[in-house]
Parts: sequence; C-alpha cells; structure tokens
Amino acid sequence: MPIKQISVFLENKCGRLSSVTRVIGDQGINIRAFSIADTTDFGVLRLIVNRPDETLKTLQEAGFTVSMTDVLAVEIPDHPGGLASVLELMQDAGVNIEYMYAFSAKVSKDALAVFRVENSQVAERLIAQKGIRVLGGEEVYNL
Amino acid sequence: MSLIWNEKYECMPRDELQAIQEERLRETVNRVFYEVPFYRRALQERGLGPDSVKSLDGLSKLPFTTKDDLRDNYPYGLFSVPLSEIVRVHASSGTTGKPVVDGYTRHDLGVWAEVMARSLTCCGATKNSVVHIAYGYGLFTGGLGAHGGAELIGASVIPASGGHTKRQIMLMKDFGSTILACTPSYAMHLAEAMAEAGLSKSDLKLKGGLFGAEPWSQNMRSQLEARLGIVALDVYGLTEIIGPGVAVECPEKQGLHVWEDHFLPEVIDPETGKQLPDGSYGELVVTTLTKQGMPLIRYRTRDITTIISELCPCGRTHRKIARFVGRTDDMLVIRGVNVFPSQIEEVLLRIAHTEPQYQIIVERRGQLDALEVQVEVSEQFFSDEIRMLETLERQIQRQIEDVLGINVRVKLVEPKTIERSEGKAKRVIDRRQL
Repeated sequence: MPIKQISVFLENKCGRLSSVTRVIGDQGINIRAFSIADTTDFGVLRLIVNRPDETLKTLQEAGFTVSMTDVLAVEIPDHPGGLASVLELMQDAGVNIEYMYAFSAKVSKDALAVFRVENSQVAERLIAQKGIRVLGGEEVYNL
Repeated sequence: MSLIWNEKYECMPRDELQAIQEERLRETVNRVFYEVPFYRRALQERGLGPDSVKSLDGLSKLPFTTKDDLRDNYPYGLFSVPLSEIVRVHASSGTTGKPVVDGYTRHDLGVWAEVMARSLTCCGATKNSVVHIAYGYGLFTGGLGAHGGAELIGASVIPASGGHTKRQIMLMKDFGSTILACTPSYAMHLAEAMAEAGLSKSDLKLKGGLFGAEPWSQNMRSQLEARLGIVALDVYGLTEIIGPGVAVECPEKQGLHVWEDHFLPEVIDPETGKQLPDGSYGELVVTTLTKQGMPLIRYRTRDITTIISELCPCGRTHRKIARFVGRTDDMLVIRGVNVFPSQIEEVLLRIAHTEPQYQIIVERRGQLDALEVQVEVSEQFFSDEIRMLETLERQIQRQIEDVLGINVRVKLVEPKTIERSEGKAKRVIDRRQL
C-alpha cells in the first residue's frame, strides 16, 4: 500500500523551510519524515505527515506550490547488506527509483526507507514476496 | 571646426532645407498613395489625395504608422516597389513572433551609406581611418549599416562583427584601428577585457567611437572616453526607418542631429497624438523623405525625447533630439537587441499551456546586460522530481533564447514572489544604472 507524501516547491532562500514547517506546525500536524532535494536556485521538500490531506490543503491555502505523491515506506532489515538486498530486488525487476530517503521510528527496530519508484505496484509485490514489510498509511501516519 | 562629411547639406540654411523637405514630403506622400495600398486606404479615409500635402504644415493631417501596422503588413506589405527593385532586407524583433522588416533599394542603400558617413565623420572618421566594426553583421542593421558608411568615406573597414572579444582586441591592436563602432555595452566590455589582458589605451590607436543600438549614460561616455582614449558619440536609428544613422551626436555632445533632409522628425503627445512645439518632451515620430523600398509616414518610434531647435555651434543646421528619457511601451534593449515582454510571454504560454506569472529582470553584470526570467511554479507544472523541474527550466531557457537570440537565465520561483501592484504583476525590473 503506497502512502501519501506531500511535496513543496521552495526557493533557495532564507526562511522558506521554517515558514512551511511553522504553517503545518500551527495546524497541529506532525512530521514523520522528510527530505530535501535541491539545486542552486530551488529545492523540493518532501514530507510524510500524520494528516496528508489536511497538510495539502493548509499549504495550498498558505500559497505554496504543493503536490501529493504516492511512495512506498519499506522496513529495511537492520543489518549489513539490508538496504542492498532491497535495492537489488528492484534492480533485477528493472524498477527505476526516482528518489529515496531513510528515517527511523521508535516503533520499529529496523530502519525505514521511503521510495519513489516508477511502478510502485510491481515494487511492492517484489518486496513483500521477500518477506520485507511495506508499511501501510495508517501505520506510518500514526508512528 | 571639426570634420563635416557633406557640408552643403549638413550646414544648409534652414529655409533651403525646409524647401527640400517639403518637396520630398510631397513626393513621398504621392509615392505611398499610388504604390502602397495600406497608405492609400489610410489617406483616403482622411479624405486625402496624392497631392494633398503642400507644405510641412500639412504633416499633422497625415495618418500615423505604428509597429502594429508593420506586423499586419508583414513581411513586404509596406514596400512601395516590386521585390525586383529590393536589393537588401534587414529585420529586428517585433512585439510577437514576427520580426519587423525593412527592404532597401539600391538608392536606399546609398542614402543609408550617406547618413552613416556623416555620422562616422562626426566622431573623426576619414579616408585615412581604420574603422573597426564590432556590431553584429546579419539581419541586424548595426554591422552592415556602419559598414556602408565607412566604405563610402573610403576608410579601411574591419568587419569584425560581434563576439570573440580577445581576438577583437588583438585585431584592433595589430591593425591599428582608429574608429570603433559597436554597442556601448560591448565597448565597455572591450575596455574591461583590455585591462584584464594588461593593455591600456596607449597600446591602441583608437580616436573615436560611434556607439548605438541601446541606451547609455553620460557616465558610460566618460568612462569609455577615459579608458579607450576616444571621443565617444551616440548614434540613433531603428530598423523600420533605415537602421543606425537617423540621428547622431556631433562633438558638441548636446543632442543628436537628425539628418533632416532624409528623415523628418516631430514630437507628439503620445496620448492625444497632437504635435508638440520644439522643446517639449513627447514621442518621437519620423517620416522618411527619401526612402523608396519602405517609405514610412509619421512612424511612431515610441522613444521619448524633445527637439532642440537652437543652432548648434558645430555649424550643422539640422535640428537635434535630446538623449532619450524612456519609451512609451515596454520594449527593452538588451545588448543591442530589442526585447518585448510579450515575446517571453508567448514562450511561457506555449510551454505551460496557461499564462504563468513571470518577471523579467535586467541587470548589468560587469559590463554586459544580463537577462533573467523568473517564472512562478504553479501546480500545473510542478513535479516533485528535481529532474523534471530542471528539464522545464532548460526548455523555457532554450525556447526564449531561440526567440530572442540572446542568452537568458531562467529561474523558477515560488508563487506570489513576483511583486504585484494593484493586482497586476510588474513584468519588468530594470536594475541597470544607465
């Protein structure tokens, strides 16, 4: 089950990141994971939050350019080679990874990684077949 | 007394000059009535016939010609001769995709060479000069316009065209160039590059510079004169009328003499279209008096200036226009190229399928103008993949460069970052200190 990720367009200038986080913080929205991809001029902030639909609306109303994307949250076996084995699965199946980032959570002893892939259904099936857990929305939002 | 190319005409008593203007105006009106359907209609709508203008006082009865008229008659609609008589075509950017075109007969090229010879002579060019032309050669009128004038004088012409700055400096040094003709910003760039190469004005033989195709300041003049050891003069022109050589500064540097035996200037109130007396600021309107290929009646230049009618100490009797103080439209001149915001808007519309908010920022980086287009990223074309955003940025950049022919920098910005005044976005920010 893919989970919902919120992406926000940000210019590379002082105070933009803090203003996004303040806007959603004031709504009582909690950030579960995030990453930033950047170029010289701009960046894209990617967020996993407890209430994605509300976050989307809140940020749009605050004037940000926002989109919602499906991503996979995968439990990565916490031992040497754990991540490699997951990545090899996707490589073998020819599933391209657009981007990924890792985060940790108190509930799991394993590491968690967010994947944005070309074909999330194929990727999810492959991972599940290997006994690796893909977390559902409710699980992640309520971490 | 400085040099004068054609004393008979340049220093002609005002009454004789006026008689020539009236005769040529009559001929021009007659010509366009019979040869250009657009003008025949416009004249007939006003109840005017081929011989209805007897004197310069009748000028105000004549219809204006605008850039839109040129666009509507693109490319050859305003020519008054068959294409077989046209020996050259030049063009510059129009307000939208189509350029502004001018067609020249052999006679017109002669007129152009004459007015450019007068202009180059103002900055000291003679048959003994080595004239280095670093205006672009091509559809742009700068290169070939200066070229024709310099050849008529009999100078040794170096048709260097634009670009390759280091090589240009080497050529100027080795060839002993004495006159430089280019855009003022490129002249500054050359001066800068010379300094970087450890060369000073004493390594070159430059004496005069004729600079035009873009606005520049007195401050830039002082700098150019000091750094290059030259007399730097401003030349004015526009493709529609003929190219450079419509008006030029004499060494008095108190305004640009309009070559009135070929181009008849008026200044009007841009709102009402009423003629203003000499000394009042308004929009410059030019009627060509000797052009055959594409004669224009009361062409609205959109440039704001005033006519100076006091006699000039240089001896030339042709009235002067003051340095321009602005434009009545949103045209920008960047590195000698005319840029209209509407051209950039068209590209954005094509790519985004909707009108994005954008802003054009012009700055002078070092000595050259830099154009930056900021585009607000709306949800229609936002992707959370950096790769897609970068592709979009490059696509916008390439297409704008294709349309304008100059380099631009495209920057994606957040919504609402572009300043809006009374709900309308400010499209152009010009930070150049001209």
